[in-house]
Amino acid sequence: MRRRHVLGAGLAIAVAGMAGSAMAQSEIKIGEINSYSLLPAFTEPYRKGWQLAVEEVNAAGGINGKKLVVISKDDGGKPADAQTAANELVSSENVAMLAGTFLSNIGLAVSDFANQKKVFFLAAEPLTDAITWSKGNRYTFRLRPSNYMQAAMLVEEAAKLPAKRWATIAPNYEYGQSAVAVFKKLMSEKRPDIQWVDEQWPPQGKIDAGPVVQAVAAANPEAILNVTFGADLVKLVREGNTRGLFKGRSVVSFLTGEPEYLDPLKDETPEGWIVTGYPWYDIKTPDHDKFLKAYQAKYNDYPRLGSIVGYQTIKAAAAILAKANSTDPEKLIAATEGLSMPSPFGEITFRKIDHQSTLGAYVGKTALKDGKGVMVNSVYRKGADYLPSDAEVEKLRPK
Amino acid sequence: MSMVPTLLSVEALSKSYGGVHAVRSVSFELRAGEILALIGPNGAGKSTCFDMLNGQNIPDSGRITLLGEDTVGRKPRAIWRLGVGRTFQITATFPTMTVRENVQVALVSYGRQLFNLWGSTAAYAREEAGRLLDLVGMGAYAGRPCGELAYGDLKRLELAIALANQPRLLLMDEPTAGMAPRERIELMRLTARIAREQSIGVLFTEHDMDVVFEHADRILVLNRGSLIAQGSPEEVRGNPQVRAIYLGEGLVYDARHREGAGA
Amino acid sequence: MAFYFVQFLTGLASAASLFLVASGLSIIFGVTRIVNFAHGAFYMLGAYMAFTLTERFSGALGFWGGIVAAALVVAAIGVLVEMVLLRRIYHAPELFQLLATFGLTLMVQDIVVLIWGPDDLLGRRAPSFRGAVDFFGQNIPSYDLFLIALSPVVLGVLWLLFQRTRWGVLVRAATQDRDMVAALGVNQKWLFTSVFALGVFLAALGGALQIPRDAVHHALDLRIIVEVFVVVVIGGLGSIIGAFVAAVLVSELNAFGILIFPKISIILVFLVMAVVLIVRPWGLFGKPEAAARRTPGLTVNPWRPLTSGERLMSLGALVLAAMLPLFAGNYALTVGSEIAIYVIFAASLHFLMSVGGLASFGHAAYFGLGAYGVAFLAKAAGLPMIVSLLLGPLLGLLGAAVFGFFAVQLSGVYFAMLTLAFAQIVWSIAFQWVTVTGGDNGILGVWPDKWASSPASFYWLSLAVAALAVAVLRVIVFSPFGFALRATRDSPLRSEAIGINGKRVQWTAFVISGTVAGIGGALFAYLKGSVFPDSLGISLSVDALVMVLLGGVETVSGAIIGAIVFKAANIWLVSQTDLSKLVLGGFIVLMVVAFPKGIVGTLETIRNRWRSPEKKSALAMSRIETAE
Ligand SMILES: Nc1ncnc2c1ncn2[C@@H]1O[C@H](COP(=O)(O)OP(=O)(O)OP(=O)(O)O)[C@@H](O)[C@H]1O
Ligand SMILES: [Mg+2]
Repeated sequence: MRRRHVLGAGLAIAVAGMAGSAMAQSEIKIGEINSYSLLPAFTEPYRKGWQLAVEEVNAAGGINGKKLVVISKDDGGKPADAQTAANELVSSENVAMLAGTFLSNIGLAVSDFANQKKVFFLAAEPLTDAITWSKGNRYTFRLRPSNYMQAAMLVEEAAKLPAKRWATIAPNYEYGQSAVAVFKKLMSEKRPDIQWVDEQWPPQGKIDAGPVVQAVAAANPEAILNVTFGADLVKLVREGNTRGLFKGRSVVSFLTGEPEYLDPLKDETPEGWIVTGYPWYDIKTPDHDKFLKAYQAKYNDYPRLGSIVGYQTIKAAAAILAKANSTDPEKLIAATEGLSMPSPFGEITFRKIDHQSTLGAYVGKTALKDGKGVMVNSVYRKGADYLPSDAEVEKLRPK
Repeated sequence: MSMVPTLLSVEALSKSYGGVHAVRSVSFELRAGEILALIGPNGAGKSTCFDMLNGQNIPDSGRITLLGEDTVGRKPRAIWRLGVGRTFQITATFPTMTVRENVQVALVSYGRQLFNLWGSTAAYAREEAGRLLDLVGMGAYAGRPCGELAYGDLKRLELAIALANQPRLLLMDEPTAGMAPRERIELMRLTARIAREQSIGVLFTEHDMDVVFEHADRILVLNRGSLIAQGSPEEVRGNPQVRAIYLGEGLVYDARHREGAGA
Repeated sequence: MAFYFVQFLTGLASAASLFLVASGLSIIFGVTRIVNFAHGAFYMLGAYMAFTLTERFSGALGFWGGIVAAALVVAAIGVLVEMVLLRRIYHAPELFQLLATFGLTLMVQDIVVLIWGPDDLLGRRAPSFRGAVDFFGQNIPSYDLFLIALSPVVLGVLWLLFQRTRWGVLVRAATQDRDMVAALGVNQKWLFTSVFALGVFLAALGGALQIPRDAVHHALDLRIIVEVFVVVVIGGLGSIIGAFVAAVLVSELNAFGILIFPKISIILVFLVMAVVLIVRPWGLFGKPEAAARRTPGLTVNPWRPLTSGERLMSLGALVLAAMLPLFAGNYALTVGSEIAIYVIFAASLHFLMSVGGLASFGHAAYFGLGAYGVAFLAKAAGLPMIVSLLLGPLLGLLGAAVFGFFAVQLSGVYFAMLTLAFAQIVWSIAFQWVTVTGGDNGILGVWPDKWASSPASFYWLSLAVAALAVAVLRVIVFSPFGFALRATRDSPLRSEAIGINGKRVQWTAFVISGTVAGIGGALFAYLKGSVFPDSLGISLSVDALVMVLLGGVETVSGAIIGAIVFKAANIWLVSQTDLSKLVLGGFIVLMVVAFPKGIVGTLETIRNRWRSPEKKSALAMSRIETAE
């Protein structure tokens, strides 16, 4: 079920919200923000994930006896609107903490808001390294493995390839740029012998795939790094397949193994790409089994990576609130730093040093099975193993 | 007469559009206080002449000397600053303003207040605007929206606007089109009176020959872009070529004239 | 060599889809003068519909039949839209139809997700066009070759349609002179409907033909609409050949441009458009627009300053607004500040649009520049808030002075598109120049100084600045300069003939407007504590247009009401529902129909009618109605 107020009732709720919350004693509220209307393909499963978590938390007695309530807002994909939503959640809804966000710039906007207003913020999905490092702040924690971590996981595999001539294709915005930059840096450290022969920067969401594929092919690389995703990825794969770009070339690709991005490719999924992702059909751990069963029972649908992120965001929030046994932001921070907890991917810890969680990702290869794209030979990579040394992290974070 | 200075002198003015010679080597002079009529059938090139005189149109060749200055290539606004007022065949006024405001804008421009961001236009030169409107018989309409005016009244308003910069020369392209015969005579009488009093030169076009012959000091006859006759009303009336053009119509108004176009 | 040839063909294939959509837009604009913002929505519907139909019916016939059927179905929807919605508002002020079609676009974005779900959909490949053709070792998809062949065919068919049929002659006549068609006694209603249907058909066909090479998703419309506008304008509005040439030009420049500058795509079309419009103000194949004849019956009542009673009422409203902190909470105050800032922004555009007659499609540029100006001063130079607030908008002023100079050389839609191009250029600089602007991650930490940091004090600050800005703009409207500006708008001919340098006057107005927008942006930066390229983006520019049109473009200060209504509705809806676009779009469409002159404009008309009942017939008269 989507949380959606009937318009007529909306006014009453808004008024009630402004009047403050008389219910506050018996419940704890989390304010959640995400790009529901802009990125439904990712945020729908995400929403299902956190709704499942809320149900589980409350079924298990809530947070120290108090009922957990999540108030969710759409940001429309705009940082300014995310700020408005954050403000509403904090000022009128008196939430104990903020959580969520998908896009990096929105994550950063809310993180800066949290820092200014001294509100605890658990960033769910934004990948940018800045949110924990260069623009990291005391009030912000992040769940998902960062850009750097995913790059490091891929580099580990990519460095084993014989390929020496590399080309890159990435969306022309911060995420794409920093993914390529980190990948190149780590890769060149491991393999000083490789050459970067071409780079393509199609605008995010507007790739003109034909010319891009053609241009990359002209540079004749032995391997390709791809950072595009979503509809851009579909176009790129279709053009690349038809024009034979991927034939005889290794491809390393960010996020492509996530069902959100892999499933739409259907029978056109290219085989043998080295990707990060979420092979839910292949994970055989008790933690994950439990999650998978509950999810499928509730929704009669399989989970996407967004489901994991949504689920774990609220699980983590509940764990933090329970441990702090308070809604005071300082106590929440103290509780979170170093806190370990179970997740469908195994135990994770929120690092004290940079507030990054050690949630990892699966790395594997794409393959076709029954006309559908899957990840095979997947291995879970723990986040903790793919972060720079503490000394380096110290240097990255502002004092 | 030779004491009166020459306001405007036009030499061998030409303009063509593709193959059409709209105006072909036209030359004439106009002195202060003189009322000169430019007549000719539809499409003769009258409006094209006017447009070249006030800078709206650039001649292919020829010279225009206005108040001693060569004005070919100058913008209409520069020529206006020399002291030339103009009315258009199809009226051009400001439909979203009141009648008074229409005149006030011209006065603002004349007073070089165009970039005054802070004053009140309503108070600016209100009396002067009223005086000009009274002069053309529009005083009673000063507060009316310009968009509501009848076509004849718009013509009158245009005259008031044209007089706002105390012009030395008035260019009037069919100033009385759309008016009743009596109004025509009245407006032209008024124009003639102002011209005489203030020693303004007037060049006007008119299809109503009664008006032309009553008021013009001299008449220029244009046909297919060329000047085929010029002189006093009597001389022109007697000219056989002119008669041939206006054959059988007793030198009166061309019936095909686009009465009240745009109204 | 083979590579360059194949790259050229690839460019042609990209051009083909662009051309189909662009030609439809161009035809619609040429005849109806509607800036059809919903064209992208029809394109997207075409793709979704084709996806459904081609999945349902198998085989080659199922595929090709599905494509054509999809386009026909969407064209039928277009006819419905034209008859039910657009027909009611042809007589509304220019650009008002833009507002209606914008509302539709918003609705469609949500509707497709409701119907087809949130996931990206992968359509079928075209039967017998699955593979690639080998050309000296280079592969070119056979479907690309099909598209390349298709676009000249469509061009030819359109040409025959326009040259050889009576309908085509009428369409061409209408493109040149709408009044003439009315005079010929043609049933203009049906001419418009059929033209709209054809345009929508082409858009939907363009979308449907993309399914073998693209993913079908709910953001397809935005991806194409701006680009298509640009193509139409580069080619020259109303020119089909122009659309064709421009589509090829843009696509080829992109195909070869990325070989040298891989980051060029993001900005290319806008650069091309800016250059073309500066060199050829009417596009490559366009003709100078005949001086716009003002629709009769509009603005019969000249503007006048507020009477003392009205002044008192406005003051009262202001005092009332200033009392908000007495009873409202922090959130309401922050929303209040945001609305006040949008009032400033909308008022600045309104000044340019309704007083100056210059509809800018890129007004966010100056708002955003003001915001970035503040961010630079506060973050890089570390200046105190008051100094940054005073100096930040100067960046907006500077931008307006530079871009305005070129923009005011044009008018009408061309002016609109050049301002859009400039805004996109500024946007992409902010987006790309990461070291200075932080790229899309923006500049953070621009928070107000202590004295303004509480929501109440920031609200008072915003309210005071908004009141001041609106008051100053009103004074300017009734100043000699304001009259000179209106004079230039009303009649370029007459104003030039009374010594007014129209371009200089318009340029000055542009700078004033840009500066005021910059002031709004400066406050916005402090309200949000950060600046992102969004604040320079198209969607903000469109928001501003919507606010002005909603308030009433032919009023003195309608934008204030437009901004309050739009922004309040927007914030509230986004907070209350994930379907905010559907509801907001529906709301806009209803407003357009109910208040064809904008909210304030319609209220004024009602008041005037009530005062002088005998005038109302003239007011209600519209060109369409007269044509019948
Ligand atoms: N912009 C133009 N392009 C092409 N031909 C033009 C243009 N302007 C005028 N002409 C042609 O030049 C000739 C003179 O036109 P003009 O308007 O000067 O005539 P006129 O004497 O004022 O006629 P009327 O009595 O109808 O006003 C006509 O044949 C007209 O068609
Ligand atoms: Mg004429």
